[in-house]
Parts: sequence; structure tokens; C-alpha cells
Amino acid sequence: MTNDEIFSKVQAIIVDQTGEDADKVTMTTNIKQDLDADSLDIFEVINEIEDEFDIKIETEEGIETVSDLVTFVEKQLAAKDKE
Amino acid sequence: MTGIQIVQSANTVPERVVLNDELNAYMETSDEWISTRTGIKQRHVSTGQTTSDLCTSVAQKLLNQAGWQASDLDFIVVATMSPDYQTPATAAIVQGRIGAAKAFAFDLNAACSGFIYGLKVAEGLLQVAGNRGMLIGGEVLSKLIDWHERSTAVLFGDGAAGVLLANRAESGSAFLATDLQTLGDLGDRLTAGYQPVDSVFTTDATDAHRRYFEMDGRAVYKFATHQVPESIERAVQKAGLLVQDVDYFILHQANQRIIDQIAKRLDQPSDKFLSNVARFGNTSAASIPILLDEVIQDGTLQRGQTIALSGFGGGLTVGTQIIKY
Repeated sequence: MTNDEIFSKVQAIIVDQTGEDADKVTMTTNIKQDLDADSLDIFEVINEIEDEFDIKIETEEGIETVSDLVTFVEKQLAAKDKE
Repeated sequence: MTGIQIVQSANTVPERVVLNDELNAYMETSDEWISTRTGIKQRHVSTGQTTSDLCTSVAQKLLNQAGWQASDLDFIVVATMSPDYQTPATAAIVQGRIGAAKAFAFDLNAACSGFIYGLKVAEGLLQVAGNRGMLIGGEVLSKLIDWHERSTAVLFGDGAAGVLLANRAESGSAFLATDLQTLGDLGDRLTAGYQPVDSVFTTDATDAHRRYFEMDGRAVYKFATHQVPESIERAVQKAGLLVQDVDYFILHQANQRIIDQIAKRLDQPSDKFLSNVARFGNTSAASIPILLDEVIQDGTLQRGQTIALSGFGGGLTVGTQIIKY
């Protein structure tokens, strides 16, 4: 899966959960600050990402921007491919 | 399917209402913070009433409403995770206070799923041990809360509610199907009331500081939003129904956001998901029967309608009971 494909899936999940317009959700968007997302929104976004990509996100620490999420998913998918 | 009927329902909550803003005195929080994340606006909190006091009040209301004598009861089951004592059981205290001499009585602990597990146990007892039973869910969770810890203290409340159950095949009412699951390997994600080993023989000190609620919020959120829809789907299927055949979903009242997410995952309209979490907070085993009683008393729920009751919480436990009311 390419970086762009991961981004568009992550973007769709964030749009669905926060009700923001898609064009407001870019790679540099800070999820909590820019989108006014609270802890339960983050739970749900991570929930959906885990289901969508069949990966496990053990902690939300260190995940602030959409780019952080996409990079995390990318690494997890790469690790899964090696298994 | 068994021809069991919910004959009567009743609830008792402590008079003292604590609004969100009042919690500010004990921890850094606000009405806005609590209500946007949980839907909770207030909770009832005991100023001294015990779990058995609340449950006894419910028991007396139930008997009065039904016109039953205490001596008519074959058994009393109380679902609770906050009993007065390890022994006697809360149910035994209730049995003694109301004088239900013929009834055997015991407590059951499946935390926030306790009322659902209790319904299954009562259904079984009504097949083999009598025709008239009382099931109550009652909690005084305020004694298990660190009132300076905002991540948990804002969530919970006290209360009790219950039902009278009878074998009445001719009534048209029925328990249609049950799904119970326990995920014991995730038990440490939600704990309360740890009892340290502290005797004259103790050599390894165990942690005495775990009396209060501790919760891994994300793990519990994930558990609830995944396991509850699956449990409901399994129970509905066992009942030979479709999810859309259910008139109302009466879920454990933990958090409005969790209820909304479950509705979304089941692709059912949110108005089928009854709610009173705003007024009571999370009352664990009492939450489902308090809500059930409210919707029976206000006429929302009518005889002949199909309801799905679903609990989830400590254990971790989850359970769904499909009932033709």
C-alpha cells in the first residue's frame, strides 16, 4: 500500500469521526489541536484504523499529526509483511 | 425460549444529586469536559445508604406494586460489585429485612454485566427452583471511587433497581435468547476494590493502594464498541430475529459516546437506543434495570415489544438478553 493510499484511508476515518471537511485534514493537521478532537475521538479513530489495516496501535502517545498516524501505519504494515 | 415474564420493575436512587460543576471542588474538571466526553450531567450519590438499603427499598416497592407477599418469593438474586460485606450477601440482608422466609438468596458479581448474567441465572432457577423470583442490580460505587481522580470519579453513580420474574407461559412474554461472554485475559483493564493479603503470615506485601477504580480507558472503549455489537448480533440470531426486529436497545449506561458508537456499528437508528446516563452516570449492575424501569413506568415500553438488554464491563464481561416484554 502506498503512502497516499494509507493517507486517504486515514483521512476518511478522521473525517467520518470528527465531521470535518476532507480538505481540512492534511498530513500536517494536528488531530487534537486543529480538529478539536477529544480523547474519545482519538480512541475511535485508532479503533477504526486498527480495524481497517488489521494492525495494533498499543499507545496513542507520540501521535499528534495525521502524518504521525500515516507513518505509524506504514511501519506496522511493513513489519507485518516481513512476518 | 422460556415463557418468563417481567412482572414488575422498580428503582431507588439516593436523594443526593451531584452536578458536574460540583465535582470541581474535589478535582480539576468542568461540566463541559464531562458532558461532551460522556453525556453525563449529574449522578446520585449515597450520603450513607448502603447497597442493601437501596436494594431493600427496591424489593419493598416491587412487592407492593405486584401485590405479592414476601413469602411468595422462591429466590432473591442481587447483582452487585459493591456489596456491604463479603458475607452476608446483600441478597441475604434483603431477604431478612423483607421477611421472605421461603426464598434462598445470594449475590452475583459480573460487574456492569451483572444484571444480564443475573437474568440468565434467574431464567435457569425458574425452570428448576420455583415460579417467582426477584432480581435486583444495586451499587454504591461512590465508596470505590477516588474522588480526586478525574479520569474515573466523574463517571460513576449509585443506585439500585430490579424486577419480579415469573414463569408465565400463557402471558405471551418470553426470554428469547441470551449471549454471555467473558474475556478474563483482559480483566486488569478495569479493576476496583482490590483486597490486599494482610494477615499475621503475610511475607510478601501486596499493594494496598488499589482499592479504587482503575481503568485503561482506550482498552475498555475498544472492548465495548467491538464486543457489544457482536454480542447483540449473536443473541438476535439465536432468537431467530434480525437486529431491525428489536424495538428498543437498553444498554449498560456507561457513556453516551459508547452507546452512540454501538448504534452506528449496528446500523440502527439512535432513537432505538434508550438512555438516561445524563441523569445517573454509570451505576454498573443497576444501570440496565434503572433504565428498564423508567421506560416501563413512562409507557415507552409496551407489552409484546422486543427488547435487547446488553451489559458490558469489569471481568471483562459482556452479555445480551433478548426479551419479548
